Amino acid sequence: MSNYDLIVLGSGPGGYVAAIRAAQLGLKTAIVERENLGGICLNWGCIPTKALLRSAEIYHYMQHAGDYGLTASNISADIDAVVKRSRGVAKQLNQGVTHLMKKNKITVHMGDGKLTAPGKLSVTKDGKVEELTAKNIIIATGARARDLPFAPADGKRIWTYRHAMVPPEMPKKLLVIGSGAIGIEFASFYNDMGAEVTVVEMMDRIVPVEDADVSTFLEKSLKKQGMTIMTGAGVESLKATATGVSAAIKGKDGTVVNGEYSHCIVAIGIVPNTENIGLEALGITTTKGHIDTDPMCRTNVPGIWAIGDVTAPPWLAHKASHEGVIAAEAIAGGHPHAMDPKNIPGCTYCHPQVASVGLTEAKAKEAGYDVKVGNFPFIGNGKAIALGEAEGFIKTVFDAKTGELLGAHMVGAEVTELIQGYTIGKTAELVEADFMHTVFPHPTLSEMMHESVLGAYGKMLHM
Amino acid sequence: MPIELKMPALSPTMEEGTLAKWLVKEGDSVSSGDLLAEIETDKATMEFEAVDEGVITKLLVAEGTDGVKVGTVIAVIAGEDDDSASASKAAPAAPKAEAAAPPPPPPAAAPVASAPAPTPATASADERIKASPLARRIAAERGVDLSQISGSGPNGRIVKQDVEAAIGGASAAPQAASAPQAAPAPKPAPVAAIETDIPHEVVKLSNMRKTIARRLTESKQQVPHIYLTVDVRLDALLKLRAELNASLESRGVKLSVNDMLVKALALSLIQVPKCNVSFAGDTMLQYSRADISVAVSVPTGLITPIVKGADSKTLSVISTEISELAGRAKEGKLQPHEYQGGTASISNMGMMGIKQFEAVINPPQGMILAIGAGEKRPYIVDDALAIATVMSATGSFDHRAIDGADGAELMKVFKELVEKPLGLVA
Repeated sequence: MSNYDLIVLGSGPGGYVAAIRAAQLGLKTAIVERENLGGICLNWGCIPTKALLRSAEIYHYMQHAGDYGLTASNISADIDAVVKRSRGVAKQLNQGVTHLMKKNKITVHMGDGKLTAPGKLSVTKDGKVEELTAKNIIIATGARARDLPFAPADGKRIWTYRHAMVPPEMPKKLLVIGSGAIGIEFASFYNDMGAEVTVVEMMDRIVPVEDADVSTFLEKSLKKQGMTIMTGAGVESLKATATGVSAAIKGKDGTVVNGEYSHCIVAIGIVPNTENIGLEALGITTTKGHIDTDPMCRTNVPGIWAIGDVTAPPWLAHKASHEGVIAAEAIAGGHPHAMDPKNIPGCTYCHPQVASVGLTEAKAKEAGYDVKVGNFPFIGNGKAIALGEAEGFIKTVFDAKTGELLGAHMVGAEVTELIQGYTIGKTAELVEADFMHTVFPHPTLSEMMHESVLGAYGKMLHM
Repeated sequence: MPIELKMPALSPTMEEGTLAKWLVKEGDSVSSGDLLAEIETDKATMEFEAVDEGVITKLLVAEGTDGVKVGTVIAVIAGEDDDSASASKAAPAAPKAEAAAPPPPPPAAAPVASAPAPTPATASADERIKASPLARRIAAERGVDLSQISGSGPNGRIVKQDVEAAIGGASAAPQAASAPQAAPAPKPAPVAAIETDIPHEVVKLSNMRKTIARRLTESKQQVPHIYLTVDVRLDALLKLRAELNASLESRGVKLSVNDMLVKALALSLIQVPKCNVSFAGDTMLQYSRADISVAVSVPTGLITPIVKGADSKTLSVISTEISELAGRAKEGKLQPHEYQGGTASISNMGMMGIKQFEAVINPPQGMILAIGAGEKRPYIVDDALAIATVMSATGSFDHRAIDGADGAELMKVFKELVEKPLGLVA
């Protein structure tokens, strides 16, 4: 029986980061993984989709070469080659995690882990069971795609994100159910790759967690790119046939439309991976299936901790990693700072990109704030025009009383790389004056971040 | 043209202030943005900056002068073209303005028109206070003295949350205040200045001390307390504790008697819900969960971290939570939500040998339990004199909300739970 200071169950971006931090702090650490080191993020999520979207982006530019005075002929996309590149990227990072585990002397146990008692965990691999013990255990088992109850994904015609990442063939006519980050990214990818795409969203707007202005703008932009978008609509039935899928979609006005598609991606949310890991026997409490934790990531059972998608939202890789560090430091006897959910940015890599941090304008008003709002369009930015990307805006929401940046919301080229500027500002509790006094380099897209803040206080320069 | 510098209004509510310290002396030349003085308002110490350029020709108010009205001329600057003679003409105007100030009580504050008299006054404020821009702004607006706050951010940086905690937590988001929260802090009733020739030192109150003073005064003035005392035999609880600790050793948990009493109080409150209440004017809040505030003394005073839902937590969870909360309380690192709220409190002075005492209710809570020392006492068991370990526990109840009989019922249930303690683990 092997004994550790800490066992981490699950090696996604939460688990493997927790293990590294714990090892750095001198804890004897093991990690248990049933499939691939790096979890969904590296192998089937964040990273490989970015590789796919990069191919789509370059393909898009090639098709628009003429806009830049260039000529490209005989342009075509080879979906197999695009997917192959994406898998190569995932593999490279998976090996990177293997190396990091080795470097930090973290023991990797491959197999299905299950808590059997406080401080005890069994790992089953090919029928063989190994018992491990530890003073502390972090549960980082993540989540998986939620199926439609009446039409579970089959991988042939009805896909989850996981199938969509390694498509057996290029879809001709694609139905995407759900317009959160995952749904919209795949819709955007396949649209750029030449598929005819329809997005169905139950809420009254796409990317419903984002600011309403962002949803409106993105919907217009995607429609202009040829996408069909149905909001306030629900899928009543979905059937896979030999040649595709047929769906009955109930629209906003209550009428049901039948449609034929070649493939369907279901992106209606996630389910936490909490089955068969021994939660019930230990009496670990959950809310809507997600494990309850305190700000230091402790569960209700002493010595058992939980981080990432298996716990409360937001379900984002960077939130999981940050919690991994908090939990590891708390276990090692430190007093880490709790994370403020209002300072966790979110990014969606559709085309145009979406990025945000903090409260939307509506949420800020709901919370009772008297707000000052700035909004600067890409068309007013020299760099954006030079890039040929003059579409989008940067919106900022301030507390009129204190000058606190309550939220920032962006849509447009490269905004996922810009949001961090506001996130640092929010975390450091800068006020509007600090942003105004900051010198932003010219010519960059980041100048719009400055202008948006100036705009909130009636001092905008370039509009 | 000589320029008269007037006492600034450093906050919307400021009417007068103390000129804590001059940062310039007569003859210094200053330019816009230079710091001229530190001015203490009723709420905070702030820096006063020069707006104009010139040479300071006169300082008209001495360091340490209290009660200087906003608008009073405190210094004169000669503009670039002036000679100091013309500036000194302005001087006579000043003492008049000052005479208009109310006679400030402390003897040190006698108006001094000419040279600044050296005063012992304020401690050096040169030390840079680490605070976020947002924390500084909220502190300035709400009149909070940052030097009295300990920071919970990286490297002890004062962040928004710390300032809001100092204000009283009412303003995190500007949501409607909940009913039982005390109305915006009325200041403690003015206490007459003490004149004495006994050798002494004047100690400035920390914000925590001010809060304690205010809240305890409010409690004793507004909440009619009744006190109910029971003697509770501890032998069974001590035995159970020893057994539990033997089996919890491998998990690194060591239960204290207090941990078990927290649980016992929580369960009693659930069994006698009439005592798990807050009096709220026209209404009363009846809680269905028992959140127990545990009094922890810290170097600067006292703070009460909360074990939320203690009625449904296991003893080991309660124990781990209390030791962790108490640890951070002593480091000044509790977050407001960890010590604000609670449905009842427990205060234990047993370890200091106090036999029995009455504690002051922490409004809007309805009761507080004061625990005395467990000690061997002669005890009658089955009509025979025996020795038993006994402690006295006294509940203080808000008599507006809780009847004596209900309070007595709670004390009875508490006594039974402690004397037959298996109920604490089932």
